[in-house]
Amino acid sequence: MKLKHISSLIGAVALAAGMLAGTAHAEDKVGFVYVGPVGDHGWTYRHDVGRKAIEEAFDGKVKTSAVENVKEGPDSERVIRKLASEGHKLIFTTSFGFMNPTLKVAKQFPDVKFEHATGYKRADNVSTYSARFYEGRYVVGKIAGKMTKTNVIGYVGSVAIPEVVRGINAMTLAARSVNPNVTVKVAWINSWYDPGKEGDAAKILIDQGADIILQHTDSPAPLQVAESRGVWAVGQASDMSKFAPKAQLTAIIDNWDKYYVERTKAVLDGTWKSQDIWGGLDTGMVELSPYNEAIPEDVVALAEEARKGIIDGSIHPFTGPFKKQDGSVGAAEGETLGDDVLLGMDWYVEGVEGQLPK
Amino acid sequence: MWLKIEKRPEYSKGMVYATPLIALLLTVLSSIILFEVLGVNPMEALYQFFVAPLDSTYGFSELFVKATPLILCAIGLSVGFRANVWNIGAEGQLLMGAIFGSSLFIYYPETESVFLLPVMILMGAVGGAAWAAIPAVLKTRFNANEILTSLMLVYVAGLILSFLIHGSWRDPAGFNFPESQTFSDSADMPILIAGTRMHLGTLLALLAVLGTWIMMARTLIGFQVKVIGEAPRAGGYAGFSQKKIIWFSLLFSGALAGIAGISEVSGPIDQVVPVISPGYGFTAIIVAFLGRLHPAGIFFAGLLMALTYLGGETAQINLGLPLAVTGVFQGMVLFFLLASDVLIHYRFRWNFSTKAVS
Repeated sequence: MKLKHISSLIGAVALAAGMLAGTAHAEDKVGFVYVGPVGDHGWTYRHDVGRKAIEEAFDGKVKTSAVENVKEGPDSERVIRKLASEGHKLIFTTSFGFMNPTLKVAKQFPDVKFEHATGYKRADNVSTYSARFYEGRYVVGKIAGKMTKTNVIGYVGSVAIPEVVRGINAMTLAARSVNPNVTVKVAWINSWYDPGKEGDAAKILIDQGADIILQHTDSPAPLQVAESRGVWAVGQASDMSKFAPKAQLTAIIDNWDKYYVERTKAVLDGTWKSQDIWGGLDTGMVELSPYNEAIPEDVVALAEEARKGIIDGSIHPFTGPFKKQDGSVGAAEGETLGDDVLLGMDWYVEGVEGQLPK
Repeated sequence: MWLKIEKRPEYSKGMVYATPLIALLLTVLSSIILFEVLGVNPMEALYQFFVAPLDSTYGFSELFVKATPLILCAIGLSVGFRANVWNIGAEGQLLMGAIFGSSLFIYYPETESVFLLPVMILMGAVGGAAWAAIPAVLKTRFNANEILTSLMLVYVAGLILSFLIHGSWRDPAGFNFPESQTFSDSADMPILIAGTRMHLGTLLALLAVLGTWIMMARTLIGFQVKVIGEAPRAGGYAGFSQKKIIWFSLLFSGALAGIAGISEVSGPIDQVVPVISPGYGFTAIIVAFLGRLHPAGIFFAGLLMALTYLGGETAQINLGLPLAVTGVFQGMVLFFLLASDVLIHYRFRWNFSTKAVS
């Protein structure tokens, strides 16, 4: 009986395969692979907003599909491959852990273009893209340095990779440039999305005297904690003010809309080339949400000065002089760290407390 | 008037084997309503869920890739469940197997011996068994409930993995990202069918199915497991040691879960990462019961459960259905199965007397 089942199943499969081969693709398809749920209100949510921007820009000409909550491992390779084999011409894989699976699948589908977010391995049909979130954190640091009363800023860290360390350092440098007494406490949770742990980390930081909470994790949990404890917080990836209308000073927004539309257009035009993009405030990939009305005007002016300076290139967050945590020179007077140093950053600047997990 | 549930004097043996199919049928019928409500053509949705994932050799091979760890874990658990030994911690034993097995490659990455992989698999089995030995000791010496101890050890195993991969096991050339270097060819599971990801682990799962079948049907230890499970006192009179069976079933299930772990890590994942399993060890409990604790049943139940995962992915890609539908699906199968199990042993009776029972 089981055998019969299988043979009828195979029959159905053969029929189905025939049907599929017969249908022509009228519209071009773009695929997305998400690591979290679209409802995280942070990282994945913003990528999905970018996906919708594509649908809007190429109304009726491009169809997008997305798979959410894909585990970084064997499942992701299957999902990416599935998207590639079902005629998606361009596939965005939006988490670091999809790097090796993306490259493996890309090798098997040379005609499909791949865009991997936040990785460092590329191929002829694999581009990488990321945003200079640290620029946003520098602007936020100016506000945080001025707004803190306890002179302690708490930072919920995800995983101690250069991207996250860079954000902590940029924020610290900016905060100490306006208030040299600031120290920064970091709580690592070794996860990107874990509302329970994120909230706990925020509570611990507040208990240790922090009156401003920053985060490099994806959920609004730390902001909700800040709201209930009456301290300040900064939104991550998207405007989280609806979760913390009083506490959110501003939010650092990831805006992929323009990039996604551009890359889709490039594929349609046949001009797509493999590249490595690291866009900042100037490209609009990083944005700040409206400042909280409780921030005094002079502080807003400081933040705006930093933001505009970064956009016109007159300010770089990592321009010396500043020291590393161990007292050695981070950058000398007038020196600006290059992207190669930023990409491998594995040390704290002066003012950050605790040891970087190694 | 009220409804009374009473035990049936005799239950139907045939129904025990029919209920999984009835449960599946009921799931399909109720999901038709679900899809109607979601505004999706139910036939199209069922096609995407159960047929579309298998539209190619590759699709079939992926079914086995996904089912392999489920079947390995479930087969091991079923032996214990038959003996009334409730090992809930296969997930932790899977992680320990992955850790033990891959430690060999991590510490000796240069090894190119043909014996590397067999020894890694053996170490995986040892790791899983060692982790299951802890509940065995606690149960036989202190009469500690193995449900609690094995479950809690899952989280300990997860933390040990986290400690290693955020620490000394990181790829030195990996920019501090929490993942090991990718495994060398001699540490990789050989692929069974070229062009797919079906690996040696699938063969091991099939061997486990056959071996366990023979063991339970033909050997003394299999007989002892069944007797101790169904009538411990009778087993005692026959001179069977309950302690021995507790030890045996925990070590056996631990070893198989450990093999599942190492075959994931040196199979489709190809490196040690912070998340090795999306909960295979827990889903395996459902698989074991869906398969009626019989090796053949578990084999098909494992494939069915794997199919719902793959179907969930295709449904997301082609119909835009949310991932939660997959969870609803799996939940319904289990719900209907458990509900019909109740009805096998019990029946409802209306009592028309007007006197209320206090």
